[in-house]
Amino acid sequence: MTVQVRIPTILRKHTDGAKQVEGSGETLADLFSDLDGRHPGLRGGLVTDDGDLHRFVNVYVNDEDVRFLGAISTPLADGDVVTILPAVAGGAAAGAMCAVAGGAAAGAMCAVAGGAAAGAMCAVAGG
Amino acid sequence: MGLAPSGPGAAFAGNLVDMLRLARALRDEMVAHARADHPDEACGLVAGVDGEATRVIRMTNIARSPTFYEMDPGEQLHVFREMDDRDEELFVIYHSHTATEAYPSRTDISIAGYPDAHYVLVSTRQPDVEEFRSFRIVDGVVTEEPVEVV
Repeated sequence: MTVQVRIPTILRKHTDGAKQVEGSGETLADLFSDLDGRHPGLRGGLVTDDGDLHRFVNVYVNDEDVRFLGAISTPLADGDVVTILPAVAGGAAAGAMCAVAGGAAAGAMCAVAGGAAAGAMCAVAGG
Repeated sequence: MGLAPSGPGAAFAGNLVDMLRLARALRDEMVAHARADHPDEACGLVAGVDGEATRVIRMTNIARSPTFYEMDPGEQLHVFREMDDRDEELFVIYHSHTATEAYPSRTDISIAGYPDAHYVLVSTRQPDVEEFRSFRIVDGVVTEEPVEVV
């Protein structure tokens, strides 16, 4: 089975500039592990150390946000198209948000990824 | 001003014009959106064609917060697809700060995921003063760029 994966600009450094790559896996988690074998570093831009999707990465399977499917465990089928988009988010928030932002800003999606940090952001986003 | 030194992101610099040029109507539309959503932060996009800004797209801030914004992910995908279909490019990502200056916060910088976009900040902290500034955010490095309204 083969899945097409659309890669955003900021992650193309892991795909030799390719906008789209192919992979396979029963679930999104499997797919990202499969891709990381050929595109080292890609998975780290998408998945936290705890194995969850980064808070500020949007992943869609056939245009459906995986938050409404099975998140990182979303099942995949042959011919599916996976689209990855960095979330467009930010804001003037202080306190918890600054702690989050204080990390290595370079990784963008990666920097925000840290487990506890994501929770803090959610709290603010929900308020 | 020469090409912005962007550290590790300098590879992008060759593709960038180091200023934001746009029609007054587009700038006014962004400011009007920011004022309308005050005291919550507003967010949106400007599409462009051949390096020229063409239209403002108001986006939903699902955080509905005075200190945070997040574009609705479903709406984001829909609008990106629409821009693709129309051969438009993502030109500007804008949002407002409602109590602080029009400069990227640490949160803005850490989440910024579009190195090719102009990041516009509008501050609505003063009702009678317009604060409208534009930046590049590449690999965590913020570079302000001049705004030319035509």
